[in-house]
Amino acid sequence: MSAVFEQIFQVGFLAAIIRIATPLAFATLGEMFSERAGVLNLGIEGIMLLSAMTGFTAASLSGSLWLGVLAAVLTGMLMGALHALFTVVLGLSQHVCGIGVTLFSSGLAYFLYRLIFGQQSVPPNIKGFQTLPIPILSDIPVLGPAVFNQFALVYMAILAIPVAAFVLYRTPWGLSVRMVGENPRAADSAGVSVIATRFQAVILGGALMGLAGAFLSMAQFNAFTFGVVSGRGWVAIALVVFGRWDPWRSAGAALLFAFVDALQLRMQASGLGHIPYEAFLMLPFIFTIVAMAVMSRNAVAPSALLKPFRREER
Amino acid sequence: MENRNNKSQIKREGLSRRNVLELGALGLAAAILPGAAFAADKKLKVAAIFATPIEEPWDNQIHVALQRAEKELGIEYKWSEKVQTADFSRVMREYAQGGYELVLGDAFAAERESRRTAKQFPKTAWLFGSGAGPAEPNFGVFDNWIHEPAYLSGLIAGKMSKSGTIGAVAAMGIPEVNRLVNAFFAGAREVNPNIKKKVAFIGSFFDPPKAKEAAVAQIDAGVDVIYAERFGVIEAAVDKKILAISNMSDQSSLGPDTVITGPVWDMYPTVEQAIKLVRAGVFTAQDYGDFSRMAKGGSHLAPYHKFDKTLPADVKDLVEKKKAEILEGNFRVDVDENTPVSD
Repeated sequence: MSAVFEQIFQVGFLAAIIRIATPLAFATLGEMFSERAGVLNLGIEGIMLLSAMTGFTAASLSGSLWLGVLAAVLTGMLMGALHALFTVVLGLSQHVCGIGVTLFSSGLAYFLYRLIFGQQSVPPNIKGFQTLPIPILSDIPVLGPAVFNQFALVYMAILAIPVAAFVLYRTPWGLSVRMVGENPRAADSAGVSVIATRFQAVILGGALMGLAGAFLSMAQFNAFTFGVVSGRGWVAIALVVFGRWDPWRSAGAALLFAFVDALQLRMQASGLGHIPYEAFLMLPFIFTIVAMAVMSRNAVAPSALLKPFRREER
Repeated sequence: MENRNNKSQIKREGLSRRNVLELGALGLAAAILPGAAFAADKKLKVAAIFATPIEEPWDNQIHVALQRAEKELGIEYKWSEKVQTADFSRVMREYAQGGYELVLGDAFAAERESRRTAKQFPKTAWLFGSGAGPAEPNFGVFDNWIHEPAYLSGLIAGKMSKSGTIGAVAAMGIPEVNRLVNAFFAGAREVNPNIKKKVAFIGSFFDPPKAKEAAVAQIDAGVDVIYAERFGVIEAAVDKKILAISNMSDQSSLGPDTVITGPVWDMYPTVEQAIKLVRAGVFTAQDYGDFSRMAKGGSHLAPYHKFDKTLPADVKDLVEKKKAEILEGNFRVDVDENTPVSD
């Protein structure tokens, strides 16, 4: 047990939490924007995978990592638009269309990857993002090397949290998003275009999911492989509920999940008696379920979530 | 009564006459069309059914061996990948009815179904990666028995570790994985009885970012040589500048200054043997696992590449000596399929 404590007080542990939390934070913020506007996006898992693929491919072919990030964001926006077309414009079932988008995007990702790179025994890789220490700040003991010696995309995620909160709570557009998610009819009579606002929110959500994918295949790892997303999109959906549809709380939820995940990896390495490894692997998920059950008791979902809006329909 | 008999007789005669006509037509067609279907030296039709995409390292080694056989042994090769358990029997049937004489694949997700279906097609030879035994009359099995080179890799890891702590990041605690990880640690303990081991499982076959984080956690705990049973681990070793042992195929390209060597599975001897037996018409239901052992060429240690120059001579000698003992049959690497735990 002492070996675990020894590791928890290491800089590496804190850095690992931040790394694991970053893709979750992007994805959770993306899903949150979409849901605040009243659209559940179950396409998240597939959108992240496809973005991870297009981002990696663009970076690999062009040699520019940032071009890769751009490709991933555009992919996320495109797939977000597809989901919005089905659920917002056509008013179809959000569950069915979301799963459809995930299946379609995943299949497309693997298909295009095989088409471009062929079938190889060892997955082709790129030189991914390197850590970028921020002058002065990275010299702060413990916190410096853990938080301020990270990938550029990590800083973007950290900045994305206050920006998301500002946009959602302090801008007219954010107000529109919240309105169309709570009471689209009232928003409509106030002159807010429900369809356009929802469309924009889902596309913005897609862009953030694209960043999550880009981080997985270009920063945290340097190749695209099967299972590179491995359910992180589904986790993000739970974290949105856990975070009560609030940017700060959602990001906090991502950080807590990452804390438990980083902890269980260190517990596995510490040889805690003969506890089966499955118990460690379960920890982050058990934690999420318990936390969700406790925290979400007072949480209220956006009231128009899952409800398509049709003008002049009661 | 007599009348009736006559009638049926006429009918039968009529039928047989039509059959004769049909046969004649077929014969005529055969004579006119010098098609490949009637060529005497027709290619052996071999198929493979994979439960995962062929990028998965385990299935990939089977696929690569069959592609080589396609070139070198003149077979016709077709494959299906990502076949779900529920579809497994259907795909097996399609190949059997399509005239495929030998069908390989991995049956771990469909052990019972595949054996049941194989029985219905006794003319087809079935050879599957499996955790269970062969089934009469025509269902053979194989597995990745590459614990011998894993043991040799362990010898190197034990010698090269300065911190006295080595690690392994693996998929999950199943026999196919456990015996490799255990053999690796057994090799390391052989050269350094006091060596400490760290083990982590990621709970899936494919999650490189998670495997990488698990490796980083071990490296933070003092591991300086790590066995990358899964993709993702070598990248952590590269970042943290420690040494790594690869798995399944030669993965030196992922970290030329990091990957010393690693066990490589070569399915070609198994494939070659099966094709030979099917061609001779003597394929039997048996365990072909031995063809994955070093002595049969079914597994070996990956080339040292850059480490050929930097690896100490005594380490190389030790590996060569043990390798010779294994090949001569004088040394047997124990198969330990218990789930390993960290010290």
